[in-house]
Amino acid sequence: MTHLPVHGGDPALWPALRRHTQARIGLGRAGAALPTRHRLELQAAHAAARDAVHAPFAPDTVAAALTGTPTVRVRSAAPDRLTYLQRPDLGRRLHPIDRSHLPLGEWDVVFVIADGLSSRAVHEHAAAMVHATAARLADTWRIAPVVLAEQARVALGDDIAHAMGATAVVVLVGERPGMSAADSLGAYLTHDPHPGVTTDADRNCLSNIRPPLGLTYETAATKLATLLDRARELGRSGVELKDDTGALPG
Amino acid sequence: MSYTSVLGGHRHRFENLARLLAAASPERSGDRLAGLAARSAQERVAARWALAEVPLTAFLTEPLIPYESDDVTRLILDGHDTEAFAPVAGLTVGEFREWLLSERADAATLAALAPGLTPEMVAAVSKLMGNADLVAVARKVRVVTAFRSTIGLPGRLATRLQPNHPTDDPAGVAAALLDGLLLGSGDAVIGINPATDSPRAVRDLLELLDGVIRRYAIPTQSCVLCHVTTSVDLMERGAPVDLVFQSVAGTQAANASFGVTLGLLDEAYEAALSLDRGTVGRNVMYFETGQGSALSADAHHGVDQQTVEARAYAVARRYDPLLVNTVVGFIGPEYLYDGRQILRAALEDHFCGKLLGLPMGLDICYTNHADADDDDVATMLTMLGVAGASFVICTPGGDDIMLNYQSASYHDALYLREVLGLRPAPEFEAWLASIGLLDEGGQIREISSEAHPLTAIGRDLAA
Repeated sequence: MTHLPVHGGDPALWPALRRHTQARIGLGRAGAALPTRHRLELQAAHAAARDAVHAPFAPDTVAAALTGTPTVRVRSAAPDRLTYLQRPDLGRRLHPIDRSHLPLGEWDVVFVIADGLSSRAVHEHAAAMVHATAARLADTWRIAPVVLAEQARVALGDDIAHAMGATAVVVLVGERPGMSAADSLGAYLTHDPHPGVTTDADRNCLSNIRPPLGLTYETAATKLATLLDRARELGRSGVELKDDTGALPG
Repeated sequence: MSYTSVLGGHRHRFENLARLLAAASPERSGDRLAGLAARSAQERVAARWALAEVPLTAFLTEPLIPYESDDVTRLILDGHDTEAFAPVAGLTVGEFREWLLSERADAATLAALAPGLTPEMVAAVSKLMGNADLVAVARKVRVVTAFRSTIGLPGRLATRLQPNHPTDDPAGVAAALLDGLLLGSGDAVIGINPATDSPRAVRDLLELLDGVIRRYAIPTQSCVLCHVTTSVDLMERGAPVDLVFQSVAGTQAANASFGVTLGLLDEAYEAALSLDRGTVGRNVMYFETGQGSALSADAHHGVDQQTVEARAYAVARRYDPLLVNTVVGFIGPEYLYDGRQILRAALEDHFCGKLLGLPMGLDICYTNHADADDDDVATMLTMLGVAGASFVICTPGGDDIMLNYQSASYHDALYLREVLGLRPAPEFEAWLASIGLLDEGGQIREISSEAHPLTAIGRDLAA
């Protein structure tokens, strides 16, 4: 290949390219390494994510934000964060004592607020999502007390719904923090869940609920309420249940 | 058959070879999750004592997963080369460790031995090796492959340039691609993880990459890491597929969970070969693996995660791949909890892959819920560089905004090449020189990026 001559260019190139991606491009160099500023920016993003993973769940805060809505608190079988991170199986099972706290009833749906991998996401967005979704459901929906679950993974919702006699469960869970967002909430709908039998293919998922940059409460709640209605009509959730209000992420 | 040893005043018994291997494994969360890990530190060492006495031939006569029910077991045993195995056929696992570390095991001897080794043999011996042993032996092995660039030559380190974007936006991809090229990255492959597996979206990305590679005559290959069936479909429709990608695992059931069979891979391999798009070589496959994938798919058959991982390499080597890498810290802390466990797994996977004759590279990475950080990446990079890894994956600033994890950065590859005196693939190095990106010492020149003609990549697509 012939030698390409070096010529002058547009000094605004990197700022222009950054409009198209949040990737850490055009950072410059200190020798082979990153300049100090960019190294510290990376560390700051990682620190926010680490703190979100390890921040303790504050059920009181969430309960207070759920004004007028009855709540019940449970723990999973994972006794602490360290165990929770290494034993996903324990995070999917109810603590044996807490199972008895759950009221059995003729519920059509139970909302479970699960700390997952980001308590911060749950503290900031979960109560508003419960309110927004409940407001979009018809009066015919019998909604169970909201369950606040600690050291909980998505599949803990199956165990909870089963223990309460609820037909469907919506788990609002803190998603794994990334470097650009540590407060992203996920919503998982499962119709007729059975602990240990239900798989991820039986669920419908909304991801990145995080206004104003991610999904807004209004958009997410409308999708979720629509999915709940359709799952009830169809008698199942999961891959066979399509969301006509727009493409589902994930 | 069962295995026993006496340690700490106790007689330790291991009911079969799979349990013995699992108990001998260095500690990691995934084996505990599976209920396979040693129950105490002493039991772990007791298992190693017993394992050291096991003859290598035991792995040929006592399959960990039944021959009848698992096609990976059949692939391993049916493909075993008895003649190549002969030099070590009389050794125990413990003796094999010493043989590998000795001067007798030089590059040519190890290359000739590869077809005679099974994944279980190399996994077993790795469990008796320290981290330094894993480096010392792996660095003796050279596996050279080629397509438009040559990977794995002595003194060389290639990189995968990974310009991912959460919505596959062409301008966003191009921006990250430009950033990587200006930092000398991309000689192993320019490889994108697409946001969706839709054939249309994958084809758009393939054409974007193909256009850049042709326009700038870059001696490298592209890959969009879609499912193998999507690649087959796109090749039939004339899309510019250089390398066929697939994630593979070490059991038939785990591969089934990926939607993959050996038959499908055979078909894709033949199709990619027939396109004949390489210029300096005909290695057309790219595989990724990672410890924990079989357990995650509930398809590990009671075999520890490192041994199952090594079995995935038997699948990979059937297809003479250009590139294989373990995505070592991606899977999360329930399989590899912290930087120490991720480092150990990285060294094991590289060692096992190389001994089995694979062009082994690494995605040295971690997620935000693992107890690891960029210092762990630096440690791993340095050790794997010394160990002679064929390539590493590099992302802008070490942050992948599509897959939401942290990997090595383009800068990290510059560091590794500088401190270890490693150079890019020869064809790519010549290209870098031709466009004025190399300094007198052969290192990537720090340029004012705005003043380089490659920036047209960004300008055109951002316009």
